[in-house]
Amino acid sequence: MGLRSDIKKVLVIGSGPIIIGQAAEFDYAGTQACRALKQEGLEVVLINSNPATIMTDKAMADKVYIEPLTLDVVKSVIELEKPDSILSTLGGQTGLTLSMQLAEEGFLDSHHVKLLGADPETIHKAEDRQAFKDTMEKIGEPCIPSKVVETVEDAVAFAGEIGYPVIVRPAFTLGGTGGGIAEDEAQLRDISTNGLRLSPITQVLIEKCISGWKEIEFEVIRDRKGNVITVCSMENFDPVGVHTGDSIVIAPAVTLSDREYQMLRTASLNIISELKVEGGCNCQFALHPESMEYAVIEVNPRVSRSSALASKATGYPIAKVATRIAIGYTLDEIINQVTGKTYACFEPALDYVVIKFPKWAFDKFVYAKRTLGTQMKATGEVMAIGTSFEQAMMKAVRSTELGVDSLNMKKYEAMTVEELLGRLQGGVEDERAFQVFAALKKGVSVAKIHEITLIDEWFLDKLLNLVELEAWLAEDTLTEQKYLTAKQYGYLDKTIERLSGQKCPMHRNAVYKMVDTCAGEFKAETPYFYSTYDEENEAKQFIERKHSDKKKVIVFGSGPIRIGQGIEFDYCSVHCVWTLKELGYEAVICNNNPETVSTDFDTGDRLYFDPLTPEDVDNIIATEQPYGVVVQFGGQTAIKLTRHLADSGVRILGTSADHIDAAEDRERFDELLEQCGIPRPEGFTVMTTKEAVKAAERLGYPVLLRPSYVLGGQNMIIAHSEQDVVEYMGIITSHMIENPVLIDKYMMGTEVEVDAICDGKDFLIPGIMEHIERAGVHSGDSISVYPAQNLSKRIRETIIEYTRRLSLALGVVGLVNIQYVVYRDEVYVIEVNPRSSRTVPYISKVTGIPMVDIATKVMFGITLQSLGYKSGLYPEGEYVAVKVPVFSFEKLQDVDTMLGPEMKSTGECLGIGKNFEDALLKGLVGAGYDLKKEGGVLISVRDSEKREMISIADKFARMGFELYATSGTASYLNKNMIATNTVRKISEGSPNTLDLLESGKIHYMISTSAKGRLPARDSVRMRRKSVERSICSLTAVDTANALANVLRSGRSMDEIELVDITKI
Amino acid sequence: MALIKDGKPASLVLADGQIFTGRSFGAEGTVIGEVVFTTGMTAYQETLTDPSYYGQIVTQTFPLIGNYGVNAADHESAQSYVGGYIVREWCNTPSNFRCEGTIDSFLKAHNIIGLYNIDTRRLTRSLREAGVMNGAITTSDPQEHLPELLAQIRAYAVRDAVANVTGTEQRIYQPEQVRRRVVLFDFGYKRNIRQSLLERGCEVIVVPAQTTAKEVAALHPDGIMLSNGPGDPSENTQIIENLREIAKLAIPMFGICLGHQLMALSQGARTEKLKYGHRGANQPVIDLASGRTYVTSQNHGYAVIGDSLDPDNAEVSHINANDHTCEGVRYHKLNAFTVQFHPEAHGGPLDTAYLFDEFTARMDAYKKEAE
Repeated sequence: MGLRSDIKKVLVIGSGPIIIGQAAEFDYAGTQACRALKQEGLEVVLINSNPATIMTDKAMADKVYIEPLTLDVVKSVIELEKPDSILSTLGGQTGLTLSMQLAEEGFLDSHHVKLLGADPETIHKAEDRQAFKDTMEKIGEPCIPSKVVETVEDAVAFAGEIGYPVIVRPAFTLGGTGGGIAEDEAQLRDISTNGLRLSPITQVLIEKCISGWKEIEFEVIRDRKGNVITVCSMENFDPVGVHTGDSIVIAPAVTLSDREYQMLRTASLNIISELKVEGGCNCQFALHPESMEYAVIEVNPRVSRSSALASKATGYPIAKVATRIAIGYTLDEIINQVTGKTYACFEPALDYVVIKFPKWAFDKFVYAKRTLGTQMKATGEVMAIGTSFEQAMMKAVRSTELGVDSLNMKKYEAMTVEELLGRLQGGVEDERAFQVFAALKKGVSVAKIHEITLIDEWFLDKLLNLVELEAWLAEDTLTEQKYLTAKQYGYLDKTIERLSGQKCPMHRNAVYKMVDTCAGEFKAETPYFYSTYDEENEAKQFIERKHSDKKKVIVFGSGPIRIGQGIEFDYCSVHCVWTLKELGYEAVICNNNPETVSTDFDTGDRLYFDPLTPEDVDNIIATEQPYGVVVQFGGQTAIKLTRHLADSGVRILGTSADHIDAAEDRERFDELLEQCGIPRPEGFTVMTTKEAVKAAERLGYPVLLRPSYVLGGQNMIIAHSEQDVVEYMGIITSHMIENPVLIDKYMMGTEVEVDAICDGKDFLIPGIMEHIERAGVHSGDSISVYPAQNLSKRIRETIIEYTRRLSLALGVVGLVNIQYVVYRDEVYVIEVNPRSSRTVPYISKVTGIPMVDIATKVMFGITLQSLGYKSGLYPEGEYVAVKVPVFSFEKLQDVDTMLGPEMKSTGECLGIGKNFEDALLKGLVGAGYDLKKEGGVLISVRDSEKREMISIADKFARMGFELYATSGTASYLNKNMIATNTVRKISEGSPNTLDLLESGKIHYMISTSAKGRLPARDSVRMRRKSVERSICSLTAVDTANALANVLRSGRSMDEIELVDITKI
Repeated sequence: MALIKDGKPASLVLADGQIFTGRSFGAEGTVIGEVVFTTGMTAYQETLTDPSYYGQIVTQTFPLIGNYGVNAADHESAQSYVGGYIVREWCNTPSNFRCEGTIDSFLKAHNIIGLYNIDTRRLTRSLREAGVMNGAITTSDPQEHLPELLAQIRAYAVRDAVANVTGTEQRIYQPEQVRRRVVLFDFGYKRNIRQSLLERGCEVIVVPAQTTAKEVAALHPDGIMLSNGPGDPSENTQIIENLREIAKLAIPMFGICLGHQLMALSQGARTEKLKYGHRGANQPVIDLASGRTYVTSQNHGYAVIGDSLDPDNAEVSHINANDHTCEGVRYHKLNAFTVQFHPEAHGGPLDTAYLFDEFTARMDAYKKEAE
């Protein structure tokens, strides 16, 4: 049928900031979509508020709008660009919901825009709970007994009919936000109140709880001719009850007989045919473990996290195929890129197994509730490919960077059987696989663990295999047979040596097998490999066949998305690869994150989907024999490999290993600063609590504490007292962090950040960024403004000079990120990272300087000068760009939302405007702030900030807001002639602040406290309540002030120009 | 775990001299056969009991086999005709509510020699490149009598396959409510062909492969079903001869796999041996009439040469989307249609089960006309 002739210009809607439940997978899908559209010669207009993405790159579309993803903004873009079609199914739930609203309002019709991918009826049938149920009933597909309700009373009444426990699922929320399992009426009232509020259409589904059934997913594709195929089946390790995004997943499904498999496969095809989806679709089922009974749980008529996983697991590019289908092609017309001669109308056959392992942020959110349920909590995931379940599992575990290289975790090893079983009984936690492993190791039977966890015995028996292997390794002599067996089961040499207590009798390198969609049936040339211990090395054969005389360069990726290391590093890795190819090198990528563009097999010349530990990386190097490797774009994951690689004689391109060490080693760094004559906040290195307390006293409180190797402010706090220091040291030592702790004088000044490129001689600063929040709020959580708005010429020049000195002294070749604090008109260095940073994509986009491309070229000796850049600060552009962090607090129970030195945001969005206020307004709107211009403001701040609150409170009061405050703050404000209502603290009885927040009167809350973290504290409870009630909560006075100024400017979104960044 | 640690050694010797050494499961000894691979990720049990695999050593490309054990209900025939069986890893702790035993116990009970823990992908790639090859699995040291073994391997051919798998007498199966009568030719039929007919209200009379036109006519069927089966189709000269006569009865006919090939041969077409065949549950087939592509289950090493069909009498109705080989034929002068793939599934997709409905519709039209 081919390309539809009525499509010439397509609008693609992205998914916006990274939040829990909507991560890099939509950058992968969106990038594939944009590329597919452009290959067809179509004009592509893109809108996405997330600047860290590859899809918002100039090269990806003809017009790129990094603008808030609101209905009004999308309408403006449509009016401005007049596309003839809109692609709705590749921008996650955000893109789909926006498209559907536009269609329902008649806006698309009146503007002659066609909706591609899924029509409103399809979306309605799949997403509206009742319509979905009716549709399933019509085609005879069983659903779980359920009812859509709009009030809590109806929820309780229905639960009475079907019996507890019941699951509450709010309609149209991301990753199941606001849902949960209710064991009784009280819990149901609680969960459904919250769920109804979070649902944009105030609907929740009350559903019979089928915990313990197997959870099976199918990825299905259909075209307009009616051809239907399934790409991949997936089975959850954790039975129904844990969100699939939080579950370990194995592909293909392994415990299903052909009868069960075909029954569910047929059901998937029936569903997609009835829904008339044209593109990709995800079908989730619950299968009774002891009968053929099943039920459809959920259908997503769009590409999703699961489809990204299925694409990477099989080599079948779902998003690309779905895009082609949306513009008119049929499956039998689309060539299977992998074989080059077969068509997309087939079902991949796997000759390996794939495991997805989620990555959670609980290492950061120490007090967060770790229980997993129907609400997704993971920020990212890794994927591992193996020829056995055990091998894939071992690879997955070490890819997640939990500080372990096997399923042995000290804290569970230390527990008694009773304690472990108690933990397992207490609910599903993120580390359940480790808990189960420890229990098996202590001799608890598979049957017993199955009885408690309901995890299928098949999985438990596989874990038991590992337990037995480890015991066998520890017995007698470590023979070659034992060694090779352990290698096949996925163990590293160092793990084998530790478990056996003996030296390895030999060493064997891994071989690589190809992911080819067809289990070897057809000859394929996919440059996509995974390691195993076998006879044939297909990667080596591939390289030999290719017989390329180009030099090979390996780029190490950044692993799973987590707080502090997000999609921005994938942007950098991918750009590096593109530049390497442009320079005439063969670019090889190693990474393990299935959500990303970097792990698309046609991004680099070769892709190795494997863990990023020293031994795994050594194996790849042994096969590839590269000219050099690049570590500076893969975040801390790649940087961590530097020392090992350099020691093994591998050429590190760019800044040398020694220089990287000089930036990270505290003592060497201090020496260097002294040489350069650059001051930094005074500080010490300590190992014990006693030393820490002593050092803090010498520096004077407040002090900043952090482990010496930090990422994203992991485990970093500001201590105001000895008690804080003791608490902190307790936590850090329990996390088994062997590195020393750094303790610094905490300076509360303006934070300034610089990303620079240095070629060893000249340096280029594309722009200086200033943070709205003063030092103390992690740079990733601060609102960052480019260009800096409030720096004097002298300060600016000092920063440029310090950057020059540091870049040269550190021998930076490539990128460097430097954080400064301006305190009492002096500039101090806080941190230097000799690598790419979170801000590189956004600065590249708003300044028009392709930072990664330049940095890559510089690594090969191309000078800045020859590229046409002068040393120093690049002239500022005409636009102001404001990066606003985005949090996922509603997904994480018990996490204090107060910002501090420990990073908490999961993503970011960008506002671009002609002036600061406009840019900030866009940024805040894009980040989801509901900028109401009236209502109540609740203020409760620590004493040290009361004085500063006067002017801010005054601004709100003058705009007509009603002010409320707790007694101390209220009397202070009233004394300063700002009329404020007093509210009782929680401890003072009802009605108190919580009741006020509950009442709906409050639209903004400004809450800071000297102490936080512990969920039981009043201030934390207030902040949590505001998250639950979706009340705009500001936890830094600077943020509150900036927001007040934006409100006061009186500007609104429709007055501000939309900016096409390809024009910058 | 115990598997890798404790299994006895076993080897696969290929006709080209390659030796793959792994471990033994199932029965012990030496077996020679034609080595083929199947890409199905489930349905190992259906594969093991599919008579079409007579004389073949079957390799599973999916590495984890035996996960859900075996059970009597999923057998496609009472026996296993597989010559030998090769997997990367088999599961000695299967988990499924219908599980009645392990795959190892099944192989032992049916005296089938198995081999595991070899690089099955390397083997598959060898077969793909060289084409189907003969080979032997042996639990003794292959080096001991290698020249003799290789000579035996090279001399091996699958012969009299149908005769070895077909039943010797008629058997009648009744559905709940009889609406039609079908004669099912047993060339080594899979149970779900019979079952698919029973479910559609067909009384099924299973007849031996050599049954003649006269014998068929005496049964007064409303339709004739030609089953799947093993071996080189052209070797079955008497059956082909019989089918030519049977076709003249003008009773609706439906053929699957070997049945499809034999029907074509009876009408003067030719068959060819494919390089390494189609075996798996993911083969895309285009229905030329509708233009739709269906994912099908397949297991065949031979194919009908589409160009050899008499254009006045027959046309290719389906082709394989990958290599464009003939996957189905419709006859103009006869009331017959046949497919190379397996609409009865077990294992594999159920997407083309509608062909059985077409068959019953043809039978009903034929009955009506007769009345």
